[in-house]
Amino acid sequence: MLMPKPDQSVLERRDLIVNALRAIVEGEGVIAQEEQMRAYETDALTAYRQMPMIVVLPQTTKQVSEILTYCHAEGIKVVPRGAGTSLSGGALPLADAVLLGLGKFNRILDVDFENRAVVAQPGVTNLGITHAVEQEGFYYAPDPSSQIACTIGGNIAENSGGVHCLKYGLTTNNVLGIEMVTIQGEVIRIGGKHLDSEGYDLLGLMTGSEGLLGVVTEVTVRILKKPSTARAVLVGLASSEAAGACVAQVIGAGIIPGGMEMMDNPAVNAAEDFVGAGYPRDAAALLIVELDGPKVEVDYLIGRVREIAEANGATSLRVSENEEERNAFWAGRKSAFPAVGRIAADYMCMDGTIPRKMLPEILRRMSEMSIKHGLRVANVFHAGDGNLHPLILFDANQPGQLEAAEAFGGDILKACVELGGVLTGEHGVGVEKRDLMGEMFTRVDLDQQQRVKCAFDPKGLLNPGKVFPQLHRCAELGRMRVHEGQLPFPDIPRF
Amino acid sequence: MSSTIKPIDEAQVLDAVVWAIKAEAPLDIVSTGSKRDLGRPFQAEHTLDLSGLSGVNFYEPEELVLSAKPATPVSQIEGLLAAKKQMLAFEPMNLGPIFGQPADRGTIGGVFACNLSGPRRIKAGAARDHLLGFNAVSGRGDPFKSGGRVVKNVTGYDLSKLITGSFGTLAVMTELTFKVLPAPEKTYTVLVAGLDDATATAAMSRAMNSAHEVAGAAHLPADIAVASVVPYVNDAGCAITALRLEGFGPSVEQRCRELREELAGFGSLEELHSRNSAVFWHEVRDATYLAEPLNRVIWRLSVPPASGHAVVAMLSRDLDVHAFYDWSGGLIWLSLPPTRGADALAVRSAIAGFGGHATLVRAPANVRASVPVFQPQTGPMAALSGRVKDSFDPKRVLNPGRMRAGL
Ligand SMILES: Cc1cc2nc3c(=O)[nH]c(=O)nc-3n(C[C@H](O)[C@H](O)[C@H](O)COP(=O)(O)OP(=O)(O)OC[C@H]3O[C@@H](n4cnc5c(N)ncnc54)[C@H](O)[C@@H]3O)c2cc1C
Repeated sequence: MLMPKPDQSVLERRDLIVNALRAIVEGEGVIAQEEQMRAYETDALTAYRQMPMIVVLPQTTKQVSEILTYCHAEGIKVVPRGAGTSLSGGALPLADAVLLGLGKFNRILDVDFENRAVVAQPGVTNLGITHAVEQEGFYYAPDPSSQIACTIGGNIAENSGGVHCLKYGLTTNNVLGIEMVTIQGEVIRIGGKHLDSEGYDLLGLMTGSEGLLGVVTEVTVRILKKPSTARAVLVGLASSEAAGACVAQVIGAGIIPGGMEMMDNPAVNAAEDFVGAGYPRDAAALLIVELDGPKVEVDYLIGRVREIAEANGATSLRVSENEEERNAFWAGRKSAFPAVGRIAADYMCMDGTIPRKMLPEILRRMSEMSIKHGLRVANVFHAGDGNLHPLILFDANQPGQLEAAEAFGGDILKACVELGGVLTGEHGVGVEKRDLMGEMFTRVDLDQQQRVKCAFDPKGLLNPGKVFPQLHRCAELGRMRVHEGQLPFPDIPRF
Repeated sequence: MSSTIKPIDEAQVLDAVVWAIKAEAPLDIVSTGSKRDLGRPFQAEHTLDLSGLSGVNFYEPEELVLSAKPATPVSQIEGLLAAKKQMLAFEPMNLGPIFGQPADRGTIGGVFACNLSGPRRIKAGAARDHLLGFNAVSGRGDPFKSGGRVVKNVTGYDLSKLITGSFGTLAVMTELTFKVLPAPEKTYTVLVAGLDDATATAAMSRAMNSAHEVAGAAHLPADIAVASVVPYVNDAGCAITALRLEGFGPSVEQRCRELREELAGFGSLEELHSRNSAVFWHEVRDATYLAEPLNRVIWRLSVPPASGHAVVAMLSRDLDVHAFYDWSGGLIWLSLPPTRGADALAVRSAIAGFGGHATLVRAPANVRASVPVFQPQTGPMAALSGRVKDSFDPKRVLNPGRMRAGL
């Protein structure tokens, strides 16, 4: 993975920079010792590692602003970091960059039930928000599997999703406002407890911008009342086609389940070995359909889902009768990653999205690829919204296997794009999918995105080397293309 | 000499924009013009008429996705969706009534360009939450695309959000792909009679904070309720607070019973069933109550839901205000007598302490030219918005000044 070349003139000034940062953040908030920085050298995409130049852990927006003002003036790169659970290398350090950790921004600032909003600092964990409101029966809906660890700031940067996003939306649909600091050190507040933006939707733009546009220092999210009932249906099916048909027919019947997940046979067996959730080991595909809402509605919809499953030849079907059973149904799905981790030395988790109807086709293609690359694959899907998480099994100690796994992953994502989908559904581009961006976008598409980056960060100092396969100078991107020829459109009707 | 350019496909849109860049001739982008009176008036000698770019590219009900060209009438799309028991969940507003124009002239491009969402906004999100991807021509004369046709997508910046609500000032959309959702089988509306604005806010908050999945929460003070055509609302002789419940039949009935119990202490209760509910929520969506008299100015304010009533109370002290609330109190529609400044200072200082923004939706062109139509931005935020505009349209050829001077 080619990263931007370290700037020698910055590296030479390292001691000066450490001192300047210590003048802003006192004591242990600046880390310059290699052994203490090691905890920051990678995120959850552990195949890539890089020691940062310096780590700084500010506690106030003012400090963030001073750090960024200084770095901007001095031409020093900055990599923001939350909990470091990114699966795409979004928080991967650079050798000549300051790693800006937001872990000390860990307070809930305001719980406002009247407006159904929580204001939190960005280092609060996703689950921390729910914990702050659950005594009143509320929760924060987007629920990435990493929710005990990942931060709300990281969620905004990645526009993270979870099992319940099918019905309740992704991070972007649940954020009301932010405070952010630009690389120039300016503090900007966008949105608040009201809805919709007053000008360009910069909140929507910031969400999912992977730390390239600004550092988020405060977050306002909306909270929801917990549904009074939730029940899950566990359906075993004889083929992925039958599972795909089931998913399509549930949606076609006008039902939007709280969650609709699918696992293929290898994933089912890995999960069963690991937690013994009672999954049918012989099922070619397993669906977990969760219905939530008022009890009458849930009971009624369970009946309709059951009919659809049976019409598609369900080989097994169980409905949860209590919370314990419902949690047991989920236990296997929720531990799918570690479960697969046990049956292989290493695994790589992919994250493409396809139109739902392409589920059987992508599975067929994946089994072909599995033979071609000589590696096994287990699949878990957010089936309701077509988001795939193929887990490629390999052994990094075997020469060539890491490369084969990467090639396999690349092939899967290219197939996703070919089938009308996208490279990443919720984990972000980061460094991992950076060089595949050309599969989905033309040079012109990417240039326009980079111009937006230039509007925020003209010197390209914030998290460079992520998302975009090629870096262009803003001056170059700003130049207008010369349009040749005489005044065009003689053929367009004019009045 | 002024002219109207009427392309029929993306290639011709591109030619037109490239010409405008070379000729340094700003374009006024329209299709049916149903929203032409919305926004700041600006000078553009040439009109880019997109009405030739109309039609549905694909509609896949089981995938919950529809793709159309910008000038496709919203009514056509809603017709297609209704035939498959689906809908645009954000309930695009119809500006016809308050602009004194025929209803249902809106196009899908206009809906997304203005990001106007109706009562279901509080549950289903805004227009911006439904646009999955688009193709467009930027003010640099570059055809580009962003997003795709799937909901789960974080590949690159989410320009669909940025383009929605940008009033044609960043790029000319030539194709839009958006999410659609199942339409409810049944809709009931619980009505509470006779609440003052503050108590109504508390009642709406109680309903919103319940697990009953309220999909619309509006309050009409007595002077507004009489303007409704719906029985029970117009003949109540007092203020009406309305809460919408929708979904599968048995669920709606059950939630309706439970919500009535929950709200019993607030006042006398009534309920509307599916047909009357539909009429009522269209009125709220389109703010028809404020349409007459046509010479009054109309503001649309978005504030924290619990503060809406305080904003109106503050304004009512000195001004002749007609107002009603949607979004559980967070959206205020209000009309004021015509004045040269549309009382913009009073309106904006009333919300200043609470947070939020105010848009001058209806006023004569000369008023909209002198008063900021959208909430003014200052300092770093204004500068950043300017740089974002530069990144798409450095020569200011696309609707320049429609949102604010210089943008
Ligand atoms: C076991 C496991 C399960 C997971 N499951 C899911 C899942 O179900 N759904 C899902 O969507 N993701 C999932 N993830 C991915 C990951 O948890 C999310 O992307 C999460 O949002 C990252 O948050 P973080 O705090 O760890 O951010 P980090 O990893 O520290 O950073 C991620 C990116 O955000 C930027 N960033 C962080 N904080 C800020 C800030 N305050 N301001 C600006 N930029 C910032 C960083 O620069 C980086 O680009 C999973 C990860 C793991 C390890």
